[in-house]
Amino acid sequence: MQSRYHIDPDARPALPPHVRLQFDGLRQKWVVLAPERVLWPDDVSLDILKLCDGTLTIDQIVERLAKDYGADRSQISTDVLEFLQDWADRRLLAGAA
Amino acid sequence: MTAPGPPIGILAELTHRCPLQCPYCSNPVELLKANRELSTETWIDILNQAADLGVLQVHLSGGEPTLRQDLEQLVSALSSRSVYTNLITAGINLSKARIQALKDAGLDHVQLSIQGATPEVTELIGKHKKGFAQKMQTAEHVRACGLPLTVNAPIHRHNIHQVADFIELALALDADRLEIANVQYYGWAYLNRAALLPALEDVERQVEIVEKARDRLKGILNFDFVTPDYYADYPKPCMGGWAKDAFVIVPDGTVLPCHAAQTISGLSFENAAETPLTEIWETSPTFEKYRGFDWMSETCKSCPRKELDHGGCRCQAFAVTGDAAETDPACILSPHHDKLRNVAVTASAEAPDDFSYRRL
Ligand code: SF4
Ligand code: SF4
Repeated sequence: MQSRYHIDPDARPALPPHVRLQFDGLRQKWVVLAPERVLWPDDVSLDILKLCDGTLTIDQIVERLAKDYGADRSQISTDVLEFLQDWADRRLLAGAA
Repeated sequence: MTAPGPPIGILAELTHRCPLQCPYCSNPVELLKANRELSTETWIDILNQAADLGVLQVHLSGGEPTLRQDLEQLVSALSSRSVYTNLITAGINLSKARIQALKDAGLDHVQLSIQGATPEVTELIGKHKKGFAQKMQTAEHVRACGLPLTVNAPIHRHNIHQVADFIELALALDADRLEIANVQYYGWAYLNRAALLPALEDVERQVEIVEKARDRLKGILNFDFVTPDYYADYPKPCMGGWAKDAFVIVPDGTVLPCHAAQTISGLSFENAAETPLTEIWETSPTFEKYRGFDWMSETCKSCPRKELDHGGCRCQAFAVTGDAAETDPACILSPHHDKLRNVAVTASAEAPDDFSYRRL
């Protein structure tokens, strides 16, 4: 049986092998391909997903985004965590092996 | 009319052959024999054209697609073009070596149909001795090979009481997703609808079970709940809209806007073995016919839901009203809505049990 993946500050999320983030040359857009689903992440989602490489912790991801967006950690942290938990609950994220 | 955007997905029905004989099968009643199937080279050429056209996901289906010994080659052709591949299988007689070979060829995902949550029901519906045991084996192999698994449970009167058991089964099989797919009545299923349609109270009970489980299993098991048309208030967005995002190729290469489109009389269809796919997608009169919103009845045209459901299913509109441009009778705003519901109410009250098994 599968288990729920909890996004906590130490988690190192990654897209599992069967969830593919790839650039679609024809449409000039990034796309996520998953079982029976095709998703078109917007720019912010894309910036978050690209940091989910299995090595960075949630803490580090938030840090990075805060810097890139010139925002306060506390301003963005809730949104990032919510976004990632939602992706995890749709079984589109997993912990690093 | 402006050129359509590129298609996202294809349902490739590689063969009509199948070891099972499910009476709910959506394949046409006139099945194509093996000698009408396309060659490996032709399929690879068509699939490459599909990738050029912008297709991102291909569902390899049938019949039973693993009966094609060249399935690995087709998967590998798609995978080399970064197309996402989904195998839709009944899981009969599939060795672990075969599944591993498919994975090595680049297969991304497996959807396994299970006809009943118990051996008795699976064998009654699929008409195959030991079918259930083989399906359990297949699920195990799929997971052991590291492929993600979706369990597809086609729901009708003979297994609607097993919905809770299907959920337990999907968990036990380590599935990622469970499709509780109330049968859609096309092809053999349409022929057998009196023997398959469930009763309203069973449908309502099922909704409750699925909603509760969806909550309880959040993040553990994904649900895809295909609700039953005959008791619905609004239709489903069939294929996401006629010729909008996806299309179907049947075993002899005929290209369809949706898998039951051949049941609509008066339409003609191109064949991908003869006509370039781009030409079919962009200029086929049959694809153009119900694309967008211009063809719609006033009921749909003036309705705010039209962007959501595109007026529902053309084939169901044709089957029930005789006019494919009508509002899908699954919609409460259709003047034929009662007709659809009455069929279900009568069928489930009379409950005839004699279905015709699918055969060539
Ligand atoms: S529904 Fe049953 S008979 Fe039809 S293709 Fe699927 S497994 Fe075969
Ligand atoms: S009237 Fe047409 S567009 Fe509106 S909900 Fe019904 S089927 Fe959909």
